[in-house]
Amino acid sequence: MSGIGSALLPQGSIRTEGFTPPGPADFDLPPIGGDFGTFHAFGQEFVLGVTKPMLQLVLSAVLIFGFFYLASRKRAMVPGKLQFVGEEAYGFVRNSLGRDIIGTHDYQRFVPYLFTLFTFILLNNLFASIPFIQFPTFSRSGMVYGLALMSWIIYNVVGMKKHGIGGYFKLQSVPAGITGPILLLLVPLEFMSNIIVRPVTLALRLFANMFAGHLLLILFALGGEYLIVEMSLAYAPVGVLAWVLFLAVAFLEILIQFLQAYVFVLLNAMYIQGALADEH
Amino acid sequence: MQTLILPLVVRAQGEEGEEPALNPLLPHLAEIALSLVVFGILFFLVRKFVVPAFEATYAERTTAIEGGLAAAETKQAEADAKLAELEKQLADARHEAARIREEAREQGAQIIAEMREQAQAESTRITEHGKAQIEAERQQAVTSLRTEVGALATTLAGRIVGESLDDDERSSRVVDRFLADLEAIESTGAGTSGSGVS
Repeated sequence: MSGIGSALLPQGSIRTEGFTPPGPADFDLPPIGGDFGTFHAFGQEFVLGVTKPMLQLVLSAVLIFGFFYLASRKRAMVPGKLQFVGEEAYGFVRNSLGRDIIGTHDYQRFVPYLFTLFTFILLNNLFASIPFIQFPTFSRSGMVYGLALMSWIIYNVVGMKKHGIGGYFKLQSVPAGITGPILLLLVPLEFMSNIIVRPVTLALRLFANMFAGHLLLILFALGGEYLIVEMSLAYAPVGVLAWVLFLAVAFLEILIQFLQAYVFVLLNAMYIQGALADEH
Repeated sequence: MQTLILPLVVRAQGEEGEEPALNPLLPHLAEIALSLVVFGILFFLVRKFVVPAFEATYAERTTAIEGGLAAAETKQAEADAKLAELEKQLADARHEAARIREEAREQGAQIIAEMREQAQAESTRITEHGKAQIEAERQQAVTSLRTEVGALATTLAGRIVGESLDDDERSSRVVDRFLADLEAIESTGAGTSGSGVS
């Protein structure tokens, strides 16, 4: 945001230049404490150094562990407020995402993973709406790719451990109860959708939602500001409307932030369940 | 993908001079590594400290509830057993009381009967004794009367006749005969009315 702000200021006096909409550049936050140089990858130039989303990632881990460590430490039969909140969150992931989807037989060993994943994504998404942080960590695609890669490895390895490598690929690519030449069509499709596409959709869904949501908020905020400050007085009510919409979208964003964390973990649980299933 | 982003890149170039904006879909390698490392550390901490604690709490709570239920059931069973025992004892006590009452009644009746019998016997004895005493007294009275009546009659007769008949043998015989006759009459009278007395 600071990038676009500084970009806007010198142009502010020149009316003919018009409004500069926020873009992907707003998500490239500068390294904290100066420039440490750049490096090249994927034909692009990346900056070195610690950026704000990186700090957010670490902060989220510290907050999550601190909170749940304190909440779970007392182990009271009748929980206090802190323990109650912790238990509710844990019980929500454990029961509705773990036990109900993976099944009572296997779910227990995945609960730590699902619980960590859910709280981690949720808090990092909520950072977008927390004052003074106000940046969704997972609008940085690299952060999401890491988690998606991990999810992909986990459900595939779990499946291979249970069914063997050959058995697992058969399970994931050959639909049960189908024989004949139609398999020629179905097997590549199933393989694509179950093995190759899943991590991509998983990553893009989270990344794009966070990215677009934040972009939308910047647009309403800066657009409203531009309409009020830079344009003639007649446009000012529209600018106020934009700010009102900003508030509405901000609340919608909180819902989406929760929903995306939920969906990411839900799909993880479903993929694991599918990999463990005896019959597809 | 590059073509999709191109307008944005152009725009960014326009803003910031020569440096093109990064394609947001292309990951920063450090971010991939960092997200995995941070997640991994958080995962191990959560698995080691948080999840076992919550699971233990859940398990303890379940045990406590189930234990409470079991204890309540045991207590209920104990209470039921005790109640049954008390009821049995009460019934026994009632039974015992009834038995004792019955026995007392029987004993009372027996005692009354015995007492009645004793009283009967005593009264009979007293009656007999009285009768015997009366008989003896009567006998005595009759004997004394006889002598007195004899003496009186003799004296009277002597007065009437005018001479003493005291030491006369004959007079004594007359008197005896008279008295014997009198007794005979008396005994026949006693024979008719004496059966009621004896």
